[in-house]
Amino acid sequence: MANAHSHDSHDASHGSVKTYAIGFILSVILTLIPFGLVMYPTLPKSITLMIVLAFAVIQVLVHLVYFLHLDRSEAQRENVVAFVFAGLVIVLLVGLSLWIMFSIHTFMMAK
Amino acid sequence: MFGKLSWDAVPFHEPIVMVTIAMIALGGLALFAGITYFKKWTYLWTEWLTSVDHKKIGVMYIIVAMVMLLRGFADAIMMRTQLAMATEGSPGYLPPEHYDQIFTAHGVIMIIFMAMPFFTGLMNLAVPLQIGARDVAYPFLNSLSFWLLVSGVVLVNLSLGVGEFAKTGWVAYPPLSGLAYSPGVGVDYYIWALQLSGLGTTLTGVNFLATVLKMRAPGMKIMDMPIFTWTCTWANVLIVASFPILTATLALLSLDRYLDFHIFTNELGGNPMMYVNLFWAWGHPEVYILILPAFGIFSEVISTFTGKRLFGHHSMVYASGAISVLGFMVWLHHFFTMGSGASVNAFFGLATMLISIPTGVKLFNWLFTIYHGRLRMTSQVLWTLGFMVTFAIGGMTGVLLAIPGADFVLHNSLFVIAHFHNVIIGGAVFGYIAGFSYFFPKAFGFKLHEGWGKAAFWFWISGFFVAFMPLYALGFMGMTRRLNATTNPEWVPYLYVAMVGALMIAVGIACQLIQLYVSVRDRKQNMCESGDPWNGHTLEWSTSSPPPFYNFAVIPTANTIDAFTEAKEDGTAYQQPKHYEPIHMPNNTATGVVMGALLTVFGFAMIWHIWWLAIVSLVGTIGYFIVHAARDDQGYMVPVETIERIEAEQHARLVAEKKIPANRVETSLEQA
Amino acid sequence: MSNLVTNAGHAHVDDHGHDDHHHDSGPVTVYGFWLYLMTDCILFASIFAVYAVLVNNVAGGPAGHDIFELPYVLGETALLLFSSITYGFALLSFYKGNKQGVLTWLGLTFLFGLGFIGMEINEFHLLISEGFGPHRSGFLSGFFTLVGTHGLHVTAGLIWMAVMMYQVNKHGLTNTNKTRLSCLSLFWHFLDVVWICVFTVVYLMGTL
Repeated sequence: MANAHSHDSHDASHGSVKTYAIGFILSVILTLIPFGLVMYPTLPKSITLMIVLAFAVIQVLVHLVYFLHLDRSEAQRENVVAFVFAGLVIVLLVGLSLWIMFSIHTFMMAK
Repeated sequence: MFGKLSWDAVPFHEPIVMVTIAMIALGGLALFAGITYFKKWTYLWTEWLTSVDHKKIGVMYIIVAMVMLLRGFADAIMMRTQLAMATEGSPGYLPPEHYDQIFTAHGVIMIIFMAMPFFTGLMNLAVPLQIGARDVAYPFLNSLSFWLLVSGVVLVNLSLGVGEFAKTGWVAYPPLSGLAYSPGVGVDYYIWALQLSGLGTTLTGVNFLATVLKMRAPGMKIMDMPIFTWTCTWANVLIVASFPILTATLALLSLDRYLDFHIFTNELGGNPMMYVNLFWAWGHPEVYILILPAFGIFSEVISTFTGKRLFGHHSMVYASGAISVLGFMVWLHHFFTMGSGASVNAFFGLATMLISIPTGVKLFNWLFTIYHGRLRMTSQVLWTLGFMVTFAIGGMTGVLLAIPGADFVLHNSLFVIAHFHNVIIGGAVFGYIAGFSYFFPKAFGFKLHEGWGKAAFWFWISGFFVAFMPLYALGFMGMTRRLNATTNPEWVPYLYVAMVGALMIAVGIACQLIQLYVSVRDRKQNMCESGDPWNGHTLEWSTSSPPPFYNFAVIPTANTIDAFTEAKEDGTAYQQPKHYEPIHMPNNTATGVVMGALLTVFGFAMIWHIWWLAIVSLVGTIGYFIVHAARDDQGYMVPVETIERIEAEQHARLVAEKKIPANRVETSLEQA
Repeated sequence: MSNLVTNAGHAHVDDHGHDDHHHDSGPVTVYGFWLYLMTDCILFASIFAVYAVLVNNVAGGPAGHDIFELPYVLGETALLLFSSITYGFALLSFYKGNKQGVLTWLGLTFLFGLGFIGMEINEFHLLISEGFGPHRSGFLSGFFTLVGTHGLHVTAGLIWMAVMMYQVNKHGLTNTNKTRLSCLSLFWHFLDVVWICVFTVVYLMGTL
């Protein structure tokens, strides 16, 4: 009944204390800096915005790699493919939607 | 205690509705009585309703689809007769508040409750067999998906007798579908029917993607999967990518209606256009979901009935993929006129026109398959040829509409109605009828009557042209959609002709019903239980008809496209191993039925604002699922004796039907 | 093909098929759950798009910078991030066969998650009591919907987590529990990923 270990083909993608620790520390840094820059405005707004967005993207990737164990290995290949495809759909959906809605907003002279 | 529900909800004062309800009730009673009289309740429960067998689930989906075809078509006949009568100022027999519900229900039923279940049923029946698997990846989820569809069907049909249905058109745009302009329960019926069945569809998409990616027979490379499986796979990709958008959008509309949110309202900062945008971001992929499996059926039919391998199998896969991906970049063409400007319109118009290219690739591949082949003119082939002609016209009118300038004139006119019926009927409906007749022998062990099938085809296709070609003309002449009465005398002859066309289609449907009756009555003459009535190419035809519940006693290996033809040609078809191993199969379960029933109650309670019942049924659903999961049912092992008996029966059939010689020496084939 | 090793339909002579890994449909289950999670990503993307469209529609009411308190949000973020780590440690305990470790780390994760939800309910309650509920404007509707949907998902995760703690306590470190905890792991980390997008797009950009 207590069969914790089998010849699990996903042993490689379990992570370890080390990966969670690295992921955690990176996440903390990638969180504190954006919060800090917004709570204590030091840089120009546009630069802050770019940093905030970039750090969000990077932290998402940190989570995917260190917590969700996505990588370029064969075992993770199909998970990565599914994620990339979902990402493509999201980019199209959100990007095109915002373009459409912003255009309507402009041309229909909404207040 | 009962929320907004009261006896006022039943439309006692509307004779048409009351008569319909009476007929449905009588029919239902007769069915109940029949089942009771023949003592079939136990059989029905254990063999069908609680089944997790993809073949049974597939059949049940198709039964639902066909019943809903009749309901949706009844709506169509009502609309056509009303329009033929209500000309030049006459009111007809259907007042607007009734007519509006009919055209809304017609759209919702035909798309969501006829076409979707039809393709899902065919996919369920065929795909696991085509890839050499014993079932789908998640058999319980498969059952749940079916019962979620039934939830939606129940709610939509309940709205006829208890309350009302939405009057907004099948798209349900706010602000019309918001609380201010649709304070009744109609839109709520719409929302919950679509949310519940949509959840089922999403689960089906996940299920079948995992199935084809993880459970193919050894040796079957993904590019070599049968073509119907491939088109279904692309459809499933579209499902998992697009249905979440619908779920979100309907949930947002619900928040506006139930909790006074301002997502899509006119006041206080809502944005109704965002609904239109999101709805079609789902809606366009939805129509590709409807058409792609039909394309797959046509590929199978052409390939089988010419006796040739499909021309350009790999390019068909890529073309379907291109259609799917492009299908995510065109949705604005449903609302060119809503003010997004020239650049946006140009981008989406161009992308829309691009889709005709991979579609053309497919058409040419079919033609090249037929070329130098010996096409047998069966009813399935007739549906396919009819599709090619009909769909080509519909596709071309689509390219016309894709030009924003032209669409500004034709948007919301009958031209659009004619276009989409052209492609949906000529494409999806013809395809699923062909698929039904193609796979029917596999499911039941006997063929459908060919004569009545051909009659059905001729009435359908001529009826279609007579019904819808006038609508193209009416669109050019300025008639808009969703009118319940007209005043322009020039339109009258066209409306009459369209009505005749609808009646011709009705005859076609009657032919189909007669075909079913005659086929069942005469089934002993048309048996093909050994499983390969058409000399098919792919693995499903290597099983008996119907297949054993475990599909394959030995998991086949498949090293090429058209693996069964390969096996027949090199003499390895129908091989039996020296001995069998027990097979691991999942258990049937009532959980899908129970959860579906509880969620139906939940939907009903939400519609009528019976909050205590909504909470109880939702908690009950989740609780029941947790208990089911805790049971952790691991299935059972089919004993070797059972397998041996079933396989021996099939062996005897194969010998009797001369598919294999009587005294074939058993090979050393080991069970995988 | 390597991905056919896990064909659940593989026949196999085995009387006790329950935990034998030839019947191990775990990886197939986890992959299917990942696919479902991708659909959830798209669901969130739709709601994000709605938020972006409505963000400036304040209808004379408050905008983001009027109502957001970043230190508070940082606190919520910390709770969720810690909960991700503790969940990771719960899984590591599982692979080491340490049942008590699993229960302890899951319990901590649960508490962090509960703390997050508590803080969020508090934030919503305060806003509504000031008259800044979702009925006030499109912006507020978008805000409550996006943050609320995330919160509902976290709540569902907590219920699931409680059930899993019960199951692990009762049945131990079975294959089934491993598969289900793996699925929950994907779900839980995914919710933290969505939160990164939420605090960035809603709170940080809303305050800028």
